[in-house]
Amino acid sequence: MDLSYGPRYEEFRRGLRDFLEKHRERAPRGSGIGAGGSRDPAVLAWQRLLIQHGYAARTVPKEYGGAGAEPDLLVRVILDEEFARAGLSPGIGGQGPEMLVPTLLEHGSEEQKQRWIGPTIRGEVVWCQGYSEPGAGSDLANVQTRAVEDGGDFVINGQKIWTTTAHLADMMFGLVRTEPGAEKHAGISYVLVPMQSPGIEVRPLGTMTGRAEFNQVFFTDVRVPQANVVGRRGEGWKIANTTLKHERNSLAPAGQLEAGLARLVELMRHETRDGRPALEDPLLRDRLLRLQGRVLAMKYHGLRMLTASLQQESPGVAGLVAKLAGCELSHQVAALAIDAMGELGVLYDGSKHERAHGLWQFQYMFSLGLIIGGGTAQIQKNIIAERGLGLPREKT
Amino acid sequence: MDFGLSEEQRLLEQTLRRYLASELPIARVREIAATAAGHDPKLWSGLAELGVAGVLVPEAHGGGGLRLLDAAVAMQSLAHAAAPTPFLGSSVMAAVALAGAGTPAQQREWLPRIASGDGVLGVAASELAARRDGAGVREQGGRLEGRALFAIESGAAAAFLVALDADRLALVPRGAPGLEVAPLATIDRTRRVAELVLSRAEPADWVRGPRAAVRALDAGRVALAADLFGACERALAMAVDYAKQRQQFGRPIGSFQAVKHLCAEMAAELEPARSLVWYAAFAFDERPGEASLLAAHAKAHLAEIATAIVRTATEVHGGIGFTDEHDLHLWFKRVGLDRQLLGAPDVLREEAAKLQGW
Repeated sequence: MDLSYGPRYEEFRRGLRDFLEKHRERAPRGSGIGAGGSRDPAVLAWQRLLIQHGYAARTVPKEYGGAGAEPDLLVRVILDEEFARAGLSPGIGGQGPEMLVPTLLEHGSEEQKQRWIGPTIRGEVVWCQGYSEPGAGSDLANVQTRAVEDGGDFVINGQKIWTTTAHLADMMFGLVRTEPGAEKHAGISYVLVPMQSPGIEVRPLGTMTGRAEFNQVFFTDVRVPQANVVGRRGEGWKIANTTLKHERNSLAPAGQLEAGLARLVELMRHETRDGRPALEDPLLRDRLLRLQGRVLAMKYHGLRMLTASLQQESPGVAGLVAKLAGCELSHQVAALAIDAMGELGVLYDGSKHERAHGLWQFQYMFSLGLIIGGGTAQIQKNIIAERGLGLPREKT
Repeated sequence: MDFGLSEEQRLLEQTLRRYLASELPIARVREIAATAAGHDPKLWSGLAELGVAGVLVPEAHGGGGLRLLDAAVAMQSLAHAAAPTPFLGSSVMAAVALAGAGTPAQQREWLPRIASGDGVLGVAASELAARRDGAGVREQGGRLEGRALFAIESGAAAAFLVALDADRLALVPRGAPGLEVAPLATIDRTRRVAELVLSRAEPADWVRGPRAAVRALDAGRVALAADLFGACERALAMAVDYAKQRQQFGRPIGSFQAVKHLCAEMAAELEPARSLVWYAAFAFDERPGEASLLAAHAKAHLAEIATAIVRTATEVHGGIGFTDEHDLHLWFKRVGLDRQLLGAPDVLREEAAKLQGW
C-alpha cells in the first residue's frame, strides 16, 4: 500500500499548475465547456493551446495532430485533478475524441485517420454516436437500420435514438445492418455518416428533466460512400465492442460522488426545519452517514481499480460493479438532498424559493437516466453474474 | 501508487487459507464450538507458529511487528473459515493497547505470550461505544466496581483488559478476587463473550496513555470490518456454487435472473467494501487523523452490507440454507455478532458524524 505518486509525477503536476495559472485568462469560462464539441472560437483556441502543451489529445500520435505521448494513467488522473482544482475546462471531450478517435486509431484506414482524427481532437468536427434504436436498446445487436449497396455507396434507411449532440454534430459514427443474411452479430458495419446528408432528419427528444436533450435521427435513403465503413464490412459489432486501450480514469466517478456529497453536507448545514439545520435531524443525519460510507467505499474502490490498470492485472468481478453502484449512489445523494428540503425540494424551473437552481431535482431525475442508459442496471447484473461470477446464461 | 496488498500480504493470505482448509474443517469448527471454552489451544498455537497470533506484536517481543492491514488480512481469512480463535481481542485489541501504551514491564510480561499463543488476553470495551442494561465500570480508591458486558475472548482469556475511559484500561487477571466472569450465550457459538461483574476488584496493573483505549477500539472495529468481509466472501461463494449446482425446473437455479441478480447484487456490494476495509486499516497506521472516522465508517458499512449478504445467500440456498446441518448459518451468525460488537452501525454513524463536527 503506497498512495504517493512519486517525484516524476509530482513534477508533472507542478508544471501543469504553472501552466494553468499562467494561461487562466485564456480559458473559456466553466469547467464543463467543450464536452460534446463546440463552435465557440475561445473553446477551440483553448483546445489548440492544450494540445500544443500535451495536455489534451495526449496519446494521439503526432502524425495525426496529437501530442504523441505514451498512455499513462497517473498523468490522466493528475490532469483531471488539476483542471478540476483550477476550475478550468479540461478541453474538448465527448464521443468524438473519446470514442471515435481511439476506434479509428485501432481499426481505421490510413485515409480515415488522416482525414478525421486531427479535426476531431481540435474540436472542429463534432460527432454523435448512432448505436441505440427503438428496437435495439439492451439488445443492441438487434440494430435494424439498413444499409443497402448501390454502386459505390450504401443507401441507409432506419432510425436511431438517444443520440446526444445530434443537433450539433457534423458527423455520426454508427452501427448499421449491411449483411441482411448474416447472423445477428455478424451483419453489422461501423460507418461514418455526414449529418448534412440529404435524407437525415434530427428531432429533439426531451426527457423527464425538462432540460437534458437527446435526439432521434431518421434516415430516408441517405447515401454514404462505402469507403466510410471503418474496418471490414460485417465487423461493426466487434469494432464497437473493442476494449480500447486509452486512458480511463477510474477515480473520476468517485470524485464526482465526493463533490456531490460535500454539496449535500453544505445544504444540510443551511437548510432548516422549524429553525433547526437538517444536519441535526437524527434520521436525515443517519441517511447522510450511510451515503458517506458508500461514497468512501467507491473512492477506495477507484484507487484499487486504478492500481489494477497500472499493474495490468484483470480486476475480475470487481471491475464490473462500478457503474451499477455509482449511478445508484448518485441518485440516492440527490434523493436525500430533496428530502432534507422537504416541500422546497420539489421547486423547479426558477420558482420562488428554489434552491441551487433546481440542481438536486435535476440530478435525481438525470441519475435515473444514467441507471438505465449505457446498459441498464438489470443488464449490469447479468454481466456481473455471468462474466464475473460464472453463472449460466438464461436460455433464450 | 499501489492501492493493494503487498506480495507478503498475499502470501500470508494464501498460507493461512491453505492451513485453515486442512487443519480446520467445518466439522472441527463445530466440535470446538461445542466445548465450554470454545477454544482449541492446539489450533491457536499452530496459528501462532504461522505468525498470526503475534502479527501486531513488535519483533523485539517475539512478534511479526506488522501493521493493522496485515492483521486485517489474517482476520478476513479466519472469518472465511469461521475459525474459533481469540484473534480479535488478544492479537488485535490487547496487542495494540499494550504495544502502544503498555509499560516496558507489561510489554515484557504479555506481548511474548500473546505472540506465542500461550497467553490470551480478553478485552472489555463495549461501554466505550454504548452502555447497555446499566453496565459500566468505575474506579473507587484503586478498586473496580461495576459490570462490563460483552467482554471478548472470555473463553480463553487468562486476564482481561477493562476499558474505563478513552485513556485507561485496567488489567484484571481471571480469578482475581472480586471478578466474576459470567458467560453470555450468543447466537454465535464459535466465539465467547461474557459479562464481567466487578465488586471491589483489584486490578493487577493499569495501561494508561492518551487515547490508549480508543486506539484499541479503532483497531478492533477495523478487524471486525475485515471479519465481516471474510464471512461475506464465504457466504457469497457458497451461494454462487449452490446456484450453479442446484437444479429446479430442469436447469440450474443460477440461470434464472431472479437468482442470478441476487448474486450480482451481493458481489456489487462486496467488492467496493473490500477497498474500504483496506484503507481503514492503512489509515490506522499511516493517517492517524483519519483513523477513528474510517474505523467507524468501515465497520458500519461492512455490517450493513454483510447483514444483507448473509440473508440473501441464505435465500439463494432456499430451504437447505435454513437447516442446522448446512454450514451457511455459521457465517450468518458470525455476521450477527460482529454487527453488534464494539458499536452497532447506528452508533458508529453517529460517532462518525461527531468526529466530523456535524
